[in-house]
Amino acid sequence: MYASGKYSSRGPALIPRMKTKHRIYYITLFSVVLLGLIATGMFQFWPHSIESAADWTLDKRSVHDAPLVRLPVSSPIPERGDLSCRMHTCFDVYRCGYNPKNRIKVYIYPLQKFVDELGVPISSTGLSREYNDLLSAISDSNFYTDDVTRACLFIPSIDVLNQNSLRIRETAQALTMLPRWDKGMNHLLFNMLPGGPPDYNTALDVPRDRALLAGGGFSTWTYRQGYDVSIPVYSPLSADVELPERQPGPRHYFILSSQTAIHREYRAELERLKEENGEALLLLDKCSNLSQGVASARKRCYKGQVYDYPQILQESSFCVVLRGARLGQAALSDVLQAGCVPVILADSYILPFSEVLDWKRASVVIPEEKLSEMYTILKSIPHRQVEEMQRQARWFWEAYFSSMKAIGLTTLQIINDRIYPYAARTYEQWNNPPVVKWSSVNSPLFLPLIPPRAPGFTAVVLTYDRVESLFRVITEISKVPSLAKLLVVWNNQNKSPPEGEKKFKCPECTAIDGLSLDQTHMVERSECINKFASVFGTMPLKVVEHRADPVLYKDDFPEKLKSFPNIGSL
Amino acid sequence: MQAKKRYLTLFSAGACLILLFCFGGIQVPLSRKGPSRRDDRSLTGYHPGARWRRFSASLQPFSPWEHDQSDSHNEHISPRQKRDAISGVYTGKRCRMESCFDFSLCQRNGFKVYVYPQQKGEKMSESYQNILSSIEGSMLYTPDPGQACLFVLSLDTLDRDQLSPQYVHNLKAKVQSLHLWNGGKNHIIFNLYSGTWPDYTEDLGFDIGLAMLAKASISTENFRPNFDVSIPLFSKDHPRTGGERGYLKHNTIPPYRKYMLVFKGKRYLTGIGSDTRNALYHVHNSEDVVLLTTCKHGKDWQKHKDARCDKDNAEYDKYDYREMLYNSTFCLVPRGRRLGSFRFLEALQAACVPVMLSNGWELPFSEIIDWNTAAVIGDERLLLQIPSTVRSIHQDKILSLRHQTQFLWEAYFNSVEKIVLTTLEIIQDRVLQHTSRSNLMWNSLPGGLFTLPQYSTYLGDFPFYYAKLGVKPYTKFTAIVHVVSPLVSQSQPVMKLLVVVAKSQYCAQVIVVWNCDKPLPAKHRWPVTSVPVIVIEGESKVISSRFLPYDTIPTDAVLSLDEDTVLSTTEVDFAFTVWQSFPDRIVGYPARSHFWDSNKERWGYTSKWTNEYSMVLTGAAIYHKYYHYLYTTYLPASLKTMVDQMSNCEDILMNFLVSSVSKLPPIKVTQKKQYKETMMGQSSRASRWADPDHFAQRQTCMNKFASWFGTMPLVHSQMRLDPVLFKDQVSILRKKYRDIERL
Repeated sequence: MYASGKYSSRGPALIPRMKTKHRIYYITLFSVVLLGLIATGMFQFWPHSIESAADWTLDKRSVHDAPLVRLPVSSPIPERGDLSCRMHTCFDVYRCGYNPKNRIKVYIYPLQKFVDELGVPISSTGLSREYNDLLSAISDSNFYTDDVTRACLFIPSIDVLNQNSLRIRETAQALTMLPRWDKGMNHLLFNMLPGGPPDYNTALDVPRDRALLAGGGFSTWTYRQGYDVSIPVYSPLSADVELPERQPGPRHYFILSSQTAIHREYRAELERLKEENGEALLLLDKCSNLSQGVASARKRCYKGQVYDYPQILQESSFCVVLRGARLGQAALSDVLQAGCVPVILADSYILPFSEVLDWKRASVVIPEEKLSEMYTILKSIPHRQVEEMQRQARWFWEAYFSSMKAIGLTTLQIINDRIYPYAARTYEQWNNPPVVKWSSVNSPLFLPLIPPRAPGFTAVVLTYDRVESLFRVITEISKVPSLAKLLVVWNNQNKSPPEGEKKFKCPECTAIDGLSLDQTHMVERSECINKFASVFGTMPLKVVEHRADPVLYKDDFPEKLKSFPNIGSL
Repeated sequence: MQAKKRYLTLFSAGACLILLFCFGGIQVPLSRKGPSRRDDRSLTGYHPGARWRRFSASLQPFSPWEHDQSDSHNEHISPRQKRDAISGVYTGKRCRMESCFDFSLCQRNGFKVYVYPQQKGEKMSESYQNILSSIEGSMLYTPDPGQACLFVLSLDTLDRDQLSPQYVHNLKAKVQSLHLWNGGKNHIIFNLYSGTWPDYTEDLGFDIGLAMLAKASISTENFRPNFDVSIPLFSKDHPRTGGERGYLKHNTIPPYRKYMLVFKGKRYLTGIGSDTRNALYHVHNSEDVVLLTTCKHGKDWQKHKDARCDKDNAEYDKYDYREMLYNSTFCLVPRGRRLGSFRFLEALQAACVPVMLSNGWELPFSEIIDWNTAAVIGDERLLLQIPSTVRSIHQDKILSLRHQTQFLWEAYFNSVEKIVLTTLEIIQDRVLQHTSRSNLMWNSLPGGLFTLPQYSTYLGDFPFYYAKLGVKPYTKFTAIVHVVSPLVSQSQPVMKLLVVVAKSQYCAQVIVVWNCDKPLPAKHRWPVTSVPVIVIEGESKVISSRFLPYDTIPTDAVLSLDEDTVLSTTEVDFAFTVWQSFPDRIVGYPARSHFWDSNKERWGYTSKWTNEYSMVLTGAAIYHKYYHYLYTTYLPASLKTMVDQMSNCEDILMNFLVSSVSKLPPIKVTQKKQYKETMMGQSSRASRWADPDHFAQRQTCMNKFASWFGTMPLVHSQMRLDPVLFKDQVSILRKKYRDIERL
C-alpha cells in the first residue's frame, strides 16, 4: 500500500488540471503502453515457466521433501563424453558474456529425488554430507546466481561424488532430465571416486555428453587438459581431526607408509626398503585386533604396536602415497594436513589442481617402477628444500584441500580463470603461502633494463615557499646535460608561485632551513615510519652499508679524465 | 472533477502496481499461493533469498571408511602386469611417456641425444640443418647410439606440405629402413608445416609410430600432453645461435603506446581459418585499434574477392607494419590457415603483448610456459569483446606482460638453438621427473636453460630466487685460493692472504686448490687459522679446476682468490656485505673493460683505468657457488680446453657466463690502492702479466667467447660501491670500514 500511496500523491501532479478530452486521451495512451509492457513481461518469462514445474520451492528444506521425479525407462541416455572436448569446442562461452567483474555466474539446480519406474532411487545414498557442503559453499559464494537465465555454469544437485553408490544408466538419464542440460553444455559434475571393480576406470563412468568433470583420480588418458579439473579426494578426517601446524624441520621418521590397502607386491617392496634402512622407515597397516568401539579409521599398527592416525603422519618427513585400485587417494589430503611431504607413486595420475598448483614444490613424484629407489631419491633432496616442501604441503591443504568448500571454490576459480584468462590469478597467488607473500618481492618491472641515456631525465622539485633555495636548485640542475625537463610542484595554496626570473628574498628561509634538525620533526618522521610499517604489515625497508659512487671516485687520478669529477664536493 | 481526479489517481496507482509486480519488484503474498506457475517462476527466479540452502538433516558421508578396503578387489592384478599392459594399449594418438617411451634407455648414461648421420644426396633445409647442429653442439649430445636416450632423424621432416619444394618424398620407406628406428620409440620428430590446401590437416604423411612430435601450430585436439612438444613457428632466417635481443629498451609510464591494438596480414576470404580474419574489420576503428587485412595474395585473388576487398586493400597500404608493431601496446595474433603464425614471435620480440585469437592452438612450450603472464589469450568467438578486454587491463599488468614477453623471447625463442634446447630440456625434465624444474624456474629470470635442476631442485640454492621466496643467502662464504707456485717462505703473499681471509667474520672455510707441479707441502706449513683450511690437489692441474663445484663448499658464496692477491680483512668483509645485496652478480676488486675495436672489427680488452668497466676479475671476487656448476657443466668443452691450454682467460670466461645469465654488469667495490699489477712482486703471476703474449691471448679469448655465445654478453657499468661514509668528512671513528680509507 505504501507504493500506491506514493504514486497516488504524484498522479495529479503529473497530469494537472486538464480538459476532460485530453485526460481521456492520456489515459488511453497510458493504458496502451501499460498493456504493452505487461504483454512483454509475459512473453519474456513464459518459456521458463515450463521449467519451473520441477522447481523446488523455498519452504521445503528437508531432503526427504524433495520433489520426486520418475524416470521413464525409455528416457534418453547422454553420450559417453567426448574425449576431444575443449573449452572452445564444447563450452558455450556466450553464456558467460563480458562482465566487468570477470566472474562467472553459477547456478545450482534445486534438489530433486530421481527414481526409476519401479520407484527405486538412482543413488543408494542420495545427497551426501559432502556434496551438501559443496553446494552450500558455492551458493554462499560470489559465483552463485539463482537466476538460471544469467548463469554461465550449471551444477546439478545430483550427487555423483562416489560412483559406487550410483546406478549408472539411471543417473545418466536423470542428467538429461535437467531442464537446461542441452547436451551437457556448461554443466559441471563433481566426482571423487570414479570407476568400479574390477578395472576401475579413472573417470566417472556415467555418460555425460559435454559436461565438464571435476574428478578425483584422473589419469593422463581420461583427463581432458584445459577442460576437466582434477580435484582431490576429500578426506573426512580434515574436518574431524585438528592437527596443529608444525614448524618445518627434520622429523623422527624419514619415510612413513600408512595406507592400508597397498598391493602385496608393493608392500613387499616397502618391507625390503625397511630391512635396508631400518628405523628411518615406519610401515603401518590396519590393526587386526582392535577392541570394540575404537574407530579403525583412526588407528594404524605395526607389529602389534598401535599408532594414532593421522597424528603419526606429523612424525615423518616424507609420507608415501601409493596408488590403490584408484589413482586418487584420500590419504594425500591427510598427509598434506600433517605437513608431511607426500611421495606420490601413481603413474599417469593427474595431480589435484595441477593446472594451477606447482606440485614440484610440495611433493616428490616417483614412478611406481622406482619404488625400490625411493630411499636414495629422497635422501638426495636438500634439507632446505624438504623444509620448504613441508610448509608448502601444509599450505596446499589449508588453501585447497581442507574442506569441500575449498575444493569447490578452487574448481570454480580454475574454470573462471580459463574464461577470463587476462584476469586469471597468478602463479604467485596460487602457490605462495601467506608468509612468502609478505616477505617476497614481485615487481611488475623485473627485467634488468639498462635504459639508454638519450631521453635524459625529468627533475621534479617539490617546493613550498623557499623561493631562493628553489632558484638555486633550478640554476644548478639546469646545468646537467641529460636533464630533459624540470617540473616544479608548487605546494603552497596561500601564495601563488613566483613568475619568471623574478627574484626576491624570503626572511623566514633561514628559520625553515633548520627544520630537519628540529626535534619534533624527527619524532614526526619516526611516527610516520611506524604508521607505514603497520599499514604494510611488515617493514619493507632494507639496510645496506654501501653507497654508489663513480668508478674513479676520489681516486688518485687526474680529475679531468674522470667522467664525474665534481661528485662529493658539496 | 474531484471524482475524476480520484479515478485517475486510482488508475495510475493500479497501473504502477501491475508494472512493479510484473518485474518482480515487490512480492504480493497472494501470488505465492496462486495457481499460476508463471508467477511462481518469476518469484523463485528473482528472490534474493532463494539460495541453495544447506540441509540440516543428518546425511551420509559420500565415502564410508570401508571404501578403502574395497581397493583389495584389485589384489589379484599385479601392478607390474598392469604397467606392462599399458604400453600395448595406449599407442598412436593416445601415446604418453608411460606407454610409448622407454625410460630404461636413459638410466645408464642420463639424458643423451643421438643424431643420425647425414646421408649423401639427402636434401635438407637450412632450418633443419640448424636444428641438428644445435643438438650436436649441446651438452646433451652423444655420437654413440648405444648411449642415447633420445634419437633425432637426419631426414628433414620440417616441411610436410606436399606442395612445398622442401617436401621430402618417400619418407615412410626411408624411416622404416633405419635400423635404430625401433618403431619410433624414443625418437623425436621436428615439424613446422603439415598438411596443405584445402584442409591443412596435421598429418605428416608418414607413420611416426611411437615417436614424439615437436611441432608448430599443433592443435589441442592432436596434441598428446606430456608427450609431444609444441614449438613456435620460426622462419628460415631465424638465427642459429645468439639471437637478437628484445626491442624493449626502457620503460614508459604510463605504458600505453600510440596504438592500443594492431594487426596487419592476409585475409583468406574462404576456407579453413578465414572466419576470424574476415571479421576483423568490425573491430577496426582506424584510430587506436588498427586491424588491416589484404586480399591480394595468391594467383587468382581477384576471382574470390568480395565487396570489402578494395577498401581493405587501400587501407592496408596506408600503414607500415614495422611502425605499427613498435608503437602498439597489444598485437593481435589471429590464426591463419594453420593455427600458429609468424606474428606471434614478431610481437613477442617487439614487446607488443600478443593477443591470441587462435582457438585450439596449443601454445609453444605450453607445458612449461605460463602464457597468461605474457599474452592475452582471447577467444575467436568473442572477437568483438577484444577491444574492451584489452582496455580493461590494468597498467601494472601491461608492464609486467611486456617485461615477460622480453624475458621469454630471450630465454626460449630468439634462436633456433634456444628453441631446440628448450624442447630437449622439457623432455629431460619428464625423464628425470624428481630432478626437474619447477614452474618458477621456467617462468622467471634467467629461465630454464640457465637453471639446471641437476645442481639442486631447491629454489633457494640458486642465486636468482631469494627475493621471490623472501629468503636470504647463507651469511658466510668459502674462500677458494688458486695456488700455482710452491711454498718457499712463510712471508709469501699467499700465507698472508690465508690469514687475512680467515680472519673475516663471514668466512666459513678456506679451500686451497693446489695446481702447482711441486708436491703438496706438509700440513704444518700452512698457517694456523680459526676456520678449516682444506687443500685440494687438482688432478689434471688445469686452471679450470679453480671453478669446480666442490662438494666441500658449504656456503652459497665463494670468494675466489689468486695466490698473489693482497687484501685486508675489512675489504673482504665489505665486499661480502655488498654481495648479499647482489647475489646473482660478481662482486669484487680488479675491474677490466671490453670495447669494440672498429679498425680491426673485433672485440678488444683493456686493463686501463677508465671510467667504466664490464668485468671484475676472479683474482679477488665474490660470486654464487652456482656459477661454478654452470661453468663446469654448461660451457662447452671447446672453450674450457682452450682456457686450460693457455692457462689464461678463465676469469674472462666466468664474466661472460655470469653476465649472459644475469644480463647485468659485475660490481666493483672500493679497495685500498695497493692491488695493482705493477705492485705484484716476484710471484709467478707477475711474470705472466708481463708476458706480452698474455695480453694478446686475452684479446683472442674475448672474440672466441663472443662467437660461442653468439653475442657480446658483457655490460658496462660506471658505478663503484663504497662504504656509506667513504671519504666523507666525518670522524674516522664513525666509519665501520675505516681500514679501506687508510693507506
